[in-house]
Amino acid sequence: MERSADRLPPIGKQLDVPDEPTFLQESIHQLRRNKAAIAGLIVIALFLFVGIFAPVISPHNPLEQTISMRKAPPFTEGYLLGTDSLGRDMLSRLIYGARISMIIGVVSVGIALIFGLLIGVVSGYYGGWFDKLVMRIIDIMLAFPYVLLTIVIVAILGASLTNAMIAIGISQIPRYVRLVRASVLAEKESDYVTAERSIGTSNFELMFGSILPNCLAPISVQATLGVGEAILSSAALSFLGLGAQPPTPEWGLMIASSREFITSAWWIVTLPGIATLFAVLGFNLFGDGLRDILDPKLRD
Amino acid sequence: MLKYVLKRVSLLIPTLIGVATLVFAMVALSPGDPARVMLGERANKAQLEKLRSELGLDRPLIEQYGIYMKNMAQFDFGESIKTGRKVSEEIKELYPATIELAFFAMLFATTLGIIIGVLSATRRNTWIDYTSMVGALFGVSMPVFWLALVLMMIFSVGLNWFPTGGRINIRYYFEAITNFYILDTLIYWVRDGDPKFLISSLKHMILPAVALGTIPLAIIARVTRSSMLEVLKQDYVKTARSAGIAEKRVVYRYALKNALLPVVTIIGLQFGLLLSGAILTETIFAWPGIGKWIYKAIEARDYPAVQGGVLVIATSFVLINLVVDILYSIVNPKIRLQ
Repeated sequence: MERSADRLPPIGKQLDVPDEPTFLQESIHQLRRNKAAIAGLIVIALFLFVGIFAPVISPHNPLEQTISMRKAPPFTEGYLLGTDSLGRDMLSRLIYGARISMIIGVVSVGIALIFGLLIGVVSGYYGGWFDKLVMRIIDIMLAFPYVLLTIVIVAILGASLTNAMIAIGISQIPRYVRLVRASVLAEKESDYVTAERSIGTSNFELMFGSILPNCLAPISVQATLGVGEAILSSAALSFLGLGAQPPTPEWGLMIASSREFITSAWWIVTLPGIATLFAVLGFNLFGDGLRDILDPKLRD
Repeated sequence: MLKYVLKRVSLLIPTLIGVATLVFAMVALSPGDPARVMLGERANKAQLEKLRSELGLDRPLIEQYGIYMKNMAQFDFGESIKTGRKVSEEIKELYPATIELAFFAMLFATTLGIIIGVLSATRRNTWIDYTSMVGALFGVSMPVFWLALVLMMIFSVGLNWFPTGGRINIRYYFEAITNFYILDTLIYWVRDGDPKFLISSLKHMILPAVALGTIPLAIIARVTRSSMLEVLKQDYVKTARSAGIAEKRVVYRYALKNALLPVVTIIGLQFGLLLSGAILTETIFAWPGIGKWIYKAIEARDYPAVQGGVLVIATSFVLINLVVDILYSIVNPKIRLQ
């Protein structure tokens, strides 16, 4: 015992060891090395940029119909990606569609996150009858296949884009509740929580100040993938006529309303699908990359 | 083992009651009056009142709920507002079409998915691996209904290889036996020696099955790959290799068996999801299954039909998940000990 004590440096003297990088620094370093995640991030940034600056960059009004220019093919002068069956500029509609899809993704996942985190933390932290009740409700929600659940909720609320976002948000709540609850159960008994409780930290501070921040890594992965899923779901709902209503330039609705033209004008059907595909791909790439980066077990 | 199964089955009942309650709430909370929907806009007040009392809509909600639960327990979903037929009869006719479609979609997804997954894992970081995984990423990011339309555009409209919709050539005189058309047409072939029915039903099946199977295909390929990579790292695989056993035998005989464990769970879960994913695919390919039928029922506010259809799909989903969990606990004893 004495020997090891001898080796300790005198108090107050700095150790000559380089600083350990923090988890965040290490993560950023890993992110730079993960090409797929970077690619995903670039795609997301591109769609966000296009969505935010839609009014500035779209060459035409997305709702303006030019009857003489109906079903103009791509590369027609003034209409880079052609026009749809009502003579509306495809490029402008796709650009505004990006704006709508980004809003859908953020709002739906926002709804799911707010309720999912709140319910998950409280039910994991306090346990008891509330926890039991929550888990039962979650089981019932998970008894519905995801697509069906969103359709059922929209059927209750009525078909509109806002209700579609609410429905998708609600359908995504269970996954966050489960994720957060599991993390809280694991963290609740850990030393740092016991230590903080012993110095009189309130339950509220413990839940949201100490425990929740430690669960953020898996949540951020889930949320990123959730945005992609929300974009796909809203396109599906709009395709079925349960989401956005005409003449909104929503991608799913654009595909639905051009179904009859697949023989005569391929671009009207194809382009909104490709836009959806790449937007979702961006979030999936980044989400997968984020999972690799944030999971310390996967680090070498 | 039996204890685990009993525990899982006993959890099933409250879940199903909850599901039925949610479906009841769906209709009770929906805007609009079912009586109004059935009689149309021109109906007068007296007619509406009469129908409402016939349907039991004038009773207190709690009483309606009691009656509803009693009927559901007996698989009595009432009569369709649109067709006037018993909902349970219609479901009995339509569900086989959906199950058949989901089965073939899953067959396509599983076979191809496992092959792709194993190939990518054994040839890690080669162009085969990269192409398959980029392909899988595209597969999970794609709107299914759009893929269905593009497939139709290329293979039905453009190349004229496959029909654009339906289950069999409508000009054929064909009477269904089991409502599983592939099976029925197979029986026809054996019985009458004429394969044209089978060929036609297979041709109608391919595009919808491929469209519906694309997402599970991508997911299965990804799961198989990562699970296979995990297993190939295990000591017993190293031992087998160092014992001089041929690599092919190590991979297919020893590693694959264990690598497929998580894949089995995914297959079960995906199959359940396909039953509802079929709503989009069936709508596009005019496939007369329960998915398209529910969609039409929602559009027409045909509440008994929506209730019955949603309940049947949710129940199937729960049951499939239960079976998968139990199967998984049989092959992997670690689970049931927890």
